[in-house]
Amino acid sequence: MDALLHQFFNLDIMSRALPLILQGLQMTLLLCVVVIPLGLAGGLLFALASLSGSRTVRWGMIVAIDFFRAVPPLVLLIFVYSGLPFAGIRLSPLTAVAVAFFLNTSSYYGEIYRAGIESVGRGQWDAARSTGLNPFQTLTSVILPQAVRNVLPDLVSNTVEVVKLTSIASVVALPELLYSADMARSVTFNASPIVLAAAIYLVMLWPVVRLISRLERRMAS
Amino acid sequence: MNAFLETFFKPNLIAQYLPSILKGVVVTIEIAFSVVVCGLLLGLLLAVVRSFQVKPVNALIVIFVDMFRALPPLVIVLIVYFGLPNVGLNIPSFAVLWLVLTLVLAAFAEEIFWAGILSVPKGQWEAARSTGFGFLGTLGYIVLPQAVRLTVPPITNRTVAITKNTALGTVIGVPEILNQATTAVSFSANATPLMMGAIAYIILFIPVVAVGRYLETRFAWRRN
Repeated sequence: MDALLHQFFNLDIMSRALPLILQGLQMTLLLCVVVIPLGLAGGLLFALASLSGSRTVRWGMIVAIDFFRAVPPLVLLIFVYSGLPFAGIRLSPLTAVAVAFFLNTSSYYGEIYRAGIESVGRGQWDAARSTGLNPFQTLTSVILPQAVRNVLPDLVSNTVEVVKLTSIASVVALPELLYSADMARSVTFNASPIVLAAAIYLVMLWPVVRLISRLERRMAS
Repeated sequence: MNAFLETFFKPNLIAQYLPSILKGVVVTIEIAFSVVVCGLLLGLLLAVVRSFQVKPVNALIVIFVDMFRALPPLVIVLIVYFGLPNVGLNIPSFAVLWLVLTLVLAAFAEEIFWAGILSVPKGQWEAARSTGFGFLGTLGYIVLPQAVRLTVPPITNRTVAITKNTALGTVIGVPEILNQATTAVSFSANATPLMMGAIAYIILFIPVVAVGRYLETRFAWRRN
């Protein structure tokens, strides 16, 4: 029992690792601020393309989305970060993460938006158009508000997944929360810093996970 | 164009590293398969236990589920992999990966199965009980078959997403596809093995993603 406490909940080691870990937290938050809006915007683009009137664009987009959903994000990230330099494209860790995340998360967000847009009846579109709104206005003021409301739990839940996913940036040496905690772990030979990082992830995400459960239950009833 | 082929599809490197990538494919399939089976069964078991509505037990289940939904899998993998040996428990890295992914999948699956159980109308319970079914009989023959059917699309998507996390094993040295590929890249100083690894994943997972897409349109979930 003592060994367990010493190994996983060593307050002394945690307090010494805290400054480093808080620096990591800043980087994680910065990553989220970059990656989440990028994914939300890219997802909308992907969704619109996958609903396009042109059959070529539609099928091309669906293939691309399934492609990026089939490749594990870590494989995509390592490919972008350490594969592309062989072709002369050298990206900084942050840019590599942004590119890989854009492709991966836009595909997931795109599928969610698409389901949302499809859940809004065709009649809404026709009615809005017949009142004189142009296609862009119809989309932004009539279709999207309803679509987003219909898939809100899925959007929030995917956002939690994206925040969790930022932890793989540690593999390409981007000093985010997990990377800093693992640095402290390797210096102290003690898992407590990672437990501290885990606690920070929990504090950030547990309330959102609870919220998702509530949202889902409300949508179901 | 030629430079592109030399960098990403060099024929002699493809021939040289195909065996090790295939070895990685076998490891990935083995871990993925046992994670899917054990994770889904454990998730279903937890959802069934939860339907008995024993307050303290349910509180524990909810805490377990929330924790494994909120924590990044890589964080849990590192805690288990680096922490347990220091308290005298030596678990091989592939077992660490299997254990963590199984628990993560079980947490998500429990939540989805539980939502499915809740979505079966109360009248179904009452009708079954009034014909003489016991609690377990009602659950097993009436409620679960309907609940599980509803949960097929979200379970499929979630299972694919979590199974892809087998790639995280590379961080702790599990010899799966990505690990074999990155090792080969550092030996050959060429991106071809990485491309082979990516293609291996696509061959493995595109069919499952496509099945998930089909199921989603087939049984529309929640909203109609």
